[in-house]
Amino acid sequence: MERKPFAITLNPASSLANHTGNWRTMRPIYVDHLPPCNQGCPAGENIQGWLYEAEEGKYEQAWRKIMEENPFPAIHGRVCYHPCETACNRGQLDEPVSIHAVERFLGDYAIEQGWQVEAGVETGKRVLVVGAGPSGLSAAYHLARLGHAVTIIEAGPKPGGMMRFGIPQYRLPRNVLDAEIARIVAMGVSIHLNQKVDNLETTIQEGEFDAVFLAIGAHLSKRVDIPGRDAGRMIDVLGFLKGMDGRAVPKIGRRVVVYGGGDTAIDAARTAKRLGAEETILIYRRDRGHMPAHDFEVEEALEEGVLTRWLQTIRQVDNTTLTVEEMTLDEQGRPQPTGRIETLEADTVILAVGQEVDTGFLEDVPGLDISSDGVIQVDASMMTGRAGVFAGGDMVPAERTVTVATGHGKKAARHIDAYLRGSEYRKPSPNTVAAYDRLNTWYYTDADKNRQPYLDLARRRASFEEVVGGLDTDTALLEARRCLSCGNCFECDTCYGVCPDNAIIKLGPGQRYEVNYDYCKGCGVCAEECPCGAIDMVKEVR
Amino acid sequence: MPYQRVKFYQTGTFTVGNRLLDESNRTVQAGMDRTNSLNSGHRACQGCGEALGARYALDAVMRATHQQMVAVNATGCLEVFSSPYPESAWQIPWLHSLFGNAPAVASGVAAALRAKGRKDVRVIAQGGDGATVDIGFGCLSGMFERNDDVLYVCYDNEAYMNTGVQRSGSTPPRAWTNTTQAVGVDPGNPMGIGKNLPRIAMAHGIPYVATASVADLHDLEAKVTKAMNFRGARYIHIHVPCPLGWKSDPAHTIKVARLAVESGLFPLIEAEGGEVTDRTPIRKQVPVEQYLELQGRFKHLFHPRDERALEAIQAIADANIHRYQLLPVKA
Amino acid sequence: MKHHIEGSQAVAHAIALCRPEVMACYPISPQTHIVETLSRKVKAGEIGNCQFLNVESEFGALSVLIGASAMGARTYTATTSQGLLFMAEAVYNAAGLGLPIVMTIANRAIGAPINIWNDHSDSMSMRDAGWIQLFAEDNQEAVDLHIQAFRLAEELSCPVMVCMDGYILTHAYEVVDLPTQEQVDGYLPAFEPVQVLDPQDPVSIGAMVGPEAFAEVRYLAHDKHLRALEAIPRLSQAFQDIFQRRSGGLLKAYHTDEAETILLALGSVNGTIKDAVDDLRKEGWPVGSLALCAFRPFPSHALRHVVQDAKRIIVFEKDLAVGKGGIVSSDVKMALRGLPTIVDTVIAGLGGRPIPKASVINTVKQACLEGLEEPHFLDLNWDAINRELTRQQAQRRSGPTAENILREIGAPGASPI
Repeated sequence: MERKPFAITLNPASSLANHTGNWRTMRPIYVDHLPPCNQGCPAGENIQGWLYEAEEGKYEQAWRKIMEENPFPAIHGRVCYHPCETACNRGQLDEPVSIHAVERFLGDYAIEQGWQVEAGVETGKRVLVVGAGPSGLSAAYHLARLGHAVTIIEAGPKPGGMMRFGIPQYRLPRNVLDAEIARIVAMGVSIHLNQKVDNLETTIQEGEFDAVFLAIGAHLSKRVDIPGRDAGRMIDVLGFLKGMDGRAVPKIGRRVVVYGGGDTAIDAARTAKRLGAEETILIYRRDRGHMPAHDFEVEEALEEGVLTRWLQTIRQVDNTTLTVEEMTLDEQGRPQPTGRIETLEADTVILAVGQEVDTGFLEDVPGLDISSDGVIQVDASMMTGRAGVFAGGDMVPAERTVTVATGHGKKAARHIDAYLRGSEYRKPSPNTVAAYDRLNTWYYTDADKNRQPYLDLARRRASFEEVVGGLDTDTALLEARRCLSCGNCFECDTCYGVCPDNAIIKLGPGQRYEVNYDYCKGCGVCAEECPCGAIDMVKEVR
Repeated sequence: MPYQRVKFYQTGTFTVGNRLLDESNRTVQAGMDRTNSLNSGHRACQGCGEALGARYALDAVMRATHQQMVAVNATGCLEVFSSPYPESAWQIPWLHSLFGNAPAVASGVAAALRAKGRKDVRVIAQGGDGATVDIGFGCLSGMFERNDDVLYVCYDNEAYMNTGVQRSGSTPPRAWTNTTQAVGVDPGNPMGIGKNLPRIAMAHGIPYVATASVADLHDLEAKVTKAMNFRGARYIHIHVPCPLGWKSDPAHTIKVARLAVESGLFPLIEAEGGEVTDRTPIRKQVPVEQYLELQGRFKHLFHPRDERALEAIQAIADANIHRYQLLPVKA
Repeated sequence: MKHHIEGSQAVAHAIALCRPEVMACYPISPQTHIVETLSRKVKAGEIGNCQFLNVESEFGALSVLIGASAMGARTYTATTSQGLLFMAEAVYNAAGLGLPIVMTIANRAIGAPINIWNDHSDSMSMRDAGWIQLFAEDNQEAVDLHIQAFRLAEELSCPVMVCMDGYILTHAYEVVDLPTQEQVDGYLPAFEPVQVLDPQDPVSIGAMVGPEAFAEVRYLAHDKHLRALEAIPRLSQAFQDIFQRRSGGLLKAYHTDEAETILLALGSVNGTIKDAVDDLRKEGWPVGSLALCAFRPFPSHALRHVVQDAKRIIVFEKDLAVGKGGIVSSDVKMALRGLPTIVDTVIAGLGGRPIPKASVINTVKQACLEGLEEPHFLDLNWDAINRELTRQQAQRRSGPTAENILREIGAPGASPI
């Protein structure tokens, strides 16, 4: 018998018997979309993933997540031109997350803490890497993690390649570079310095290598044909920058002209300034807007007193007198001569008009396809026409940056690993990109970017101290928390909260959520409100 | 501001929860142990703002009172979709009497508790805008002036939805309803000021009056929680979009509510003893058009474009912004 | 102890002894003296921790009691006439929810024309709402019925109206034996609700019920009233055991044995009727009378048992089913279906019109000798009616009937035509 009045009085939550899920025509599903930062990262980092860890102050987990893709967080945090930040959706809200600054913090923190990475279980396979630049070291690191024995042969006196010989100390302190390379060496990678591979086939046979990765940087400066009486006053930029690393400091005089508009030209100009040049003049044939150099580098150079002459070409060098011609840009943005000539004085002219790879040692390798500018053709697995020989970095057609090179190293390592195992590496097909319009930005607070400290100008002009400082544990945390977690659930409970039917089940910390399809009516509020766009509505099929 | 916004937690500060926040600083709704006062299996339409608002408010009351509460419900959608025999979605002691008497019934519950010396059990009355601003207004005013220890929560979806979308005293100017059709001269609800119940409630001088929106859960919960710190008559007016009656996408329920707040058409305020004490600033002001155009009930303002009406509605928002100083003070 | 006391105050005294916990009141004549007195008693702390709410309307008053009763409190209010109509929705609701609220109806006519005097139109309008309706014959019974009402209501979980004639009883000073607190406490146990709002045991009260169960719910309300037919005399007897006097019950017969004609009425008019019966009996007329104390539930079987040997029942009722006639008499006819008994309807005492003993006697004689038209209106001023009817036929815009009639009969203050 009913204890309570019939029908008028009901037991609590008896509605659970009513499964409203059968009203549904659309079904919410949880998804992980590709954040634009990850998509933009040439090194293939899961940036959103490690920022997620860093947000919680789990710095080691965050660092290890980077290390799954990139062995150089401290370096990249300094020298990478961070296309991730260009892609960052937060840039459309206020300013991009300062990803590089957090990465640098993690990298430095790891060095400070002495965190190491273990090599993988030995496979017995041997891999030769030619070149100890970012690409070669990256490949070596990943191959070592995969258990292969790696030998690097490097022509230079120190490992690091362009990271050492092309990037000035004030951007990348050498102790940082050394520490991150040392970590790779500690994994059992052997680096043979001051050795050149003269004949690759011979080296392969003698070393009994099962595979090769070619990763030689573009160390040959391009020449331009400038008539001049005193060629000694003209030096190439790589020679100049290399000269900075440990050997005799180049003598450049009081007035220095740097000719070129790329990042290397900027590096040279800023280095010259630090060497005591009273006047450093950057001459570039187009204008600032058309410079290939990154604008923040130009800005820093200008702050430090580097002078510029846009829209000029050097026509002639006559002892200390330079003849320059004023240029104008045509509709395509190409420089055209105007015939207007002027002269200026310079003690030294540094030519920074591009670099090439020395591929001479590869001439006898069968099957290699080397184009006239020294670039080697590779297939999708980065393998050259010669089976088992892979190539990457500056040697293959791509943008020549440390990050691209590092990414090549990883990619090559994965393909080499598959090659060695007799299989094929298939990169998981990327998820659709979490574009800005997937986000519900109302849920994020306004949060200004955390600025990295800058060395004061007087010291920047006079020393090679690092210009840009790092974040500390607090500011790094705050900056990591600016991440919008585009396309990936960050467990904010919004779906769980906004469901009018309590049809989202919260599984607990780290476990995310589940839809209770018994009650979900398919209204779509969860998907609409999800701050980071991690819920899709799909057609219900019964 | 009714609650401390922890800027330190930038990732989703305004989200329901946040794994970075201490549990005690998350919303009630983020809790795995939340009450779900209004449970699954209720028969509200897809994307029902009222179902959401009711669970938000009551769960917050449940937490504030340590589960010692009784709710009285006016007739209306909320009552009908939650309690059709033989299934009730309520997990709380709940009483439905009539359309127009919820405030008085709640007064009676409060009086009984007083008579029995049960200070620990608190009383909530709730209803839609029809029950509140129209048919139950007399009882509500009586409850206010006697200062009975009741928190009355109005879920305002701006028309009689349960009966099939007819105009109420809370229907906004120019909105279509089935009794203010979008035909003739000045189609839709006539331009006028309507009945602003929060201000009428304030005029009673009761201890606490607030407006809230399902679009701002932190704000809503903070206000409900604060209301429970007072004894006497309290009133919270919650804006709850109705996809059916507003002809809006069910998925847009919160979005629409948010635009109402961000445009200034639904100001979020608090008042104590009849005086406004605080307001929640608009985070990013939007023109009223952005709010209106998501709703089919205002479609006639855009086809063809009715500039005069749009300007008049914008003027209402502007007046609210001015009255309550809704725009944030620039640092 | 016996007191010479006004009916309203006597009732208030009895209510106070019943230890109500929540009262919500709205002023309307002629019940106002009851709630005024209770208000004073509550304020003076004479009724424990009882809460007295001054509300904004009768609708609010009963609504407050609905909430309080559902929360497990013993509740009381009083109203009448327009007030009862204004709370009508809540009247049905309280019964539908099965809440044992006790309410005094100080019976009064319903306007327009507005009229504050006694008849039974108000409670009759709510006769099908599901409330038990008990009618007091005098102030002693009014006092006693309220005490019984609480016990009855709470035992059945059903609201009870105690109806007492406005002014005639509410404002009349009579000698009333007021019970003691001990007596009332001995009769009326503490309220134990069958359903209650309890955070420890949450239930949903007031569900929406569709066609699949609504009829069953209504039958159960009816069944409750059928059980009340048993409970009312039992509780009346229990009352007598403690208070040593007979009060309440379903009905009270007066000289009905071997009566050929039985006069039947509700409320205070039974005093006049009993006098008339005495006079008629002296003249040799075989008459008796029957006071109906319980009108809802309607005591059909008890009534039939008492009157089955009579030839004629004359129902004197203070109400009018416009367009039909008697309300009570219809129920009486239904109760006596199959019997050859003649049932006459006498519409009397509307809007406070006196029911003189002589008119009663004359009507009885007329009925017995000539028979009565159905329904029969007692002491109607046919001249005034006919002149008004004539005027209405003569001109479309004939003006307000009530004003016209007042002029016809030359009531003080009425302007001449």
